[in-house]
Amino acid sequence: MIIVGVGQTLTMTLVSTIVAYLIGLPLGIALVVTADGGLRPNKIVYKILDIVVNITRSIPFLILLILIIPITRFLVGKTYGTAGTIPPLTLAAAPFIARMVESSLREVDGGVIEAAQSMGADTWTIIFKVMIVEARTSLIVNATIVLGTVLGYSAMAGAVGGGGLGDIAIRYGYHRYQTDIMLVTVVLLVLLVQIMQVIGTRIATKIDKRNI
Amino acid sequence: MEEAIIRIEGVSKTFVTADNTVEALKNINLTINKGDIYGIIGMSGAGKSTLVRTLNFLEKPTEGTVIIEDKDLSKLSEKEIRKVRTEVAMIFQGFNLLMQRTVLDNVCFSMEIIGKSKAEARDRARELLRVVGLESKEKAYPSQLSGGQKQRVAIARALATNPKILLCDEATSALDPTTTKSILELLKEINAKYGITIVIITHEMTVVREICSHVAIIDEGVLAEQGAVEDVFSHPKSKAAKKLVFMINRSTPFMDGRRCIRITFSENSSFEPVIANMVLEYNAPVNILLADTQDIGGIAHGQMILQLPEDEAIQEKMIAYLKNRGLEPEEEEWPCD
Repeated sequence: MIIVGVGQTLTMTLVSTIVAYLIGLPLGIALVVTADGGLRPNKIVYKILDIVVNITRSIPFLILLILIIPITRFLVGKTYGTAGTIPPLTLAAAPFIARMVESSLREVDGGVIEAAQSMGADTWTIIFKVMIVEARTSLIVNATIVLGTVLGYSAMAGAVGGGGLGDIAIRYGYHRYQTDIMLVTVVLLVLLVQIMQVIGTRIATKIDKRNI
Repeated sequence: MEEAIIRIEGVSKTFVTADNTVEALKNINLTINKGDIYGIIGMSGAGKSTLVRTLNFLEKPTEGTVIIEDKDLSKLSEKEIRKVRTEVAMIFQGFNLLMQRTVLDNVCFSMEIIGKSKAEARDRARELLRVVGLESKEKAYPSQLSGGQKQRVAIARALATNPKILLCDEATSALDPTTTKSILELLKEINAKYGITIVIITHEMTVVREICSHVAIIDEGVLAEQGAVEDVFSHPKSKAAKKLVFMINRSTPFMDGRRCIRITFSENSSFEPVIANMVLEYNAPVNILLADTQDIGGIAHGQMILQLPEDEAIQEKMIAYLKNRGLEPEEEEWPCD
């Protein structure tokens, strides 16, 4: 049961994070590019994206989970279990990722971007060959933080029958007073976050060529 | 026959911010000929960095235009401007290399932009690294290089696309004098070898003197003076030019002493070459900071401020010497801070 729980937790976390990056990464890029002083400044687009991200960011995850039940049902056919948790997790993570990506890309030295422009690079080249590559360490570090947060959210979804370790902890530890099972799940959750953190940091350090 | 390659025509640039408007450039007109090494010099904040950025339209002028060869940049589409930029390379004070790429891949970057094949780019990059003397560093990352080496990589990257013009924005300002000299030598070599027109933005007169054939002086957004370097140096006309030339001339025989005296000549003391005799007597130079003649009550009075040598014993002897000749030396404050 616990092994299955670990599997479910990992599936929820990874699948929603990946899907959320498909939304959040372009969103984050768009925020940086359209911002004042960006490559293609556009006040209106920036403001709209900014507001959308802020609104979704400010809804507490547990509320969001319930709020989007119709959408979840439409997308995956059910609102509980691993599959039912992925849409709300994705929706919660995407704007968070957008902000993370935005802050990583903002760290890229403006001089390097100017140099690329002076060589005749177009906006796409600058985004993909300069900004993302130069910011890769920061992007990886932030992805690690995102994974940890999504993992935490996935456990929260246990409260409404979301599957995974959080679900086990609530059902056995809370409803049945089986403290031992709850402790095991807590230890496992801590371990998972630790492992992700170590791997993330290691990759980030390995690919960073700024201080070798 | 000299052929113009860059024509700056009536360029003005105004920056509008929330609470004020800054006129960075005011009606600049300048022609730069093919093969020149053209210096644009000015104090910081004079607008020279903005001016160089109008040459590749990184800054679009508010008024006026820039013509590169026959292309009027203000009439081109963005895509066409990007095309022009591949022929107008630029290097920077901060080097602006890609920190996550090796030296070789940094040089390849400018060629990736123009769509050169990877193999071709690598061959050309290696060739250029040889030109700038860094062939052994191709696998290194920028963080492993010194400032001078980074600028060499930037130069190689700039040259990779065979540009006709190389813009240098304070390219040596972050480097020590020896490295500056070697980078300037390299630029000179490039100019001679490939015939690339070089525009050098700097606040250092020594850079202009070292390498430039022509110079333009920018002062508070205005073109104060321009011409051949020797002309501007020997006969500076504008205030800004005089200031810059004066600064460099004074720094050549630099005197450390800060004690100054003022002496006044009257008609009876001007027959003897007092100062020259004093210098010969004590075998130590004095610096004439100011010399002036005034008509006081129909009698010509000469006034002079002298900077004395650092040695205090000699200072006292000199003051005594001048007193002996009836020149009444008075202590004067150090005027040059």
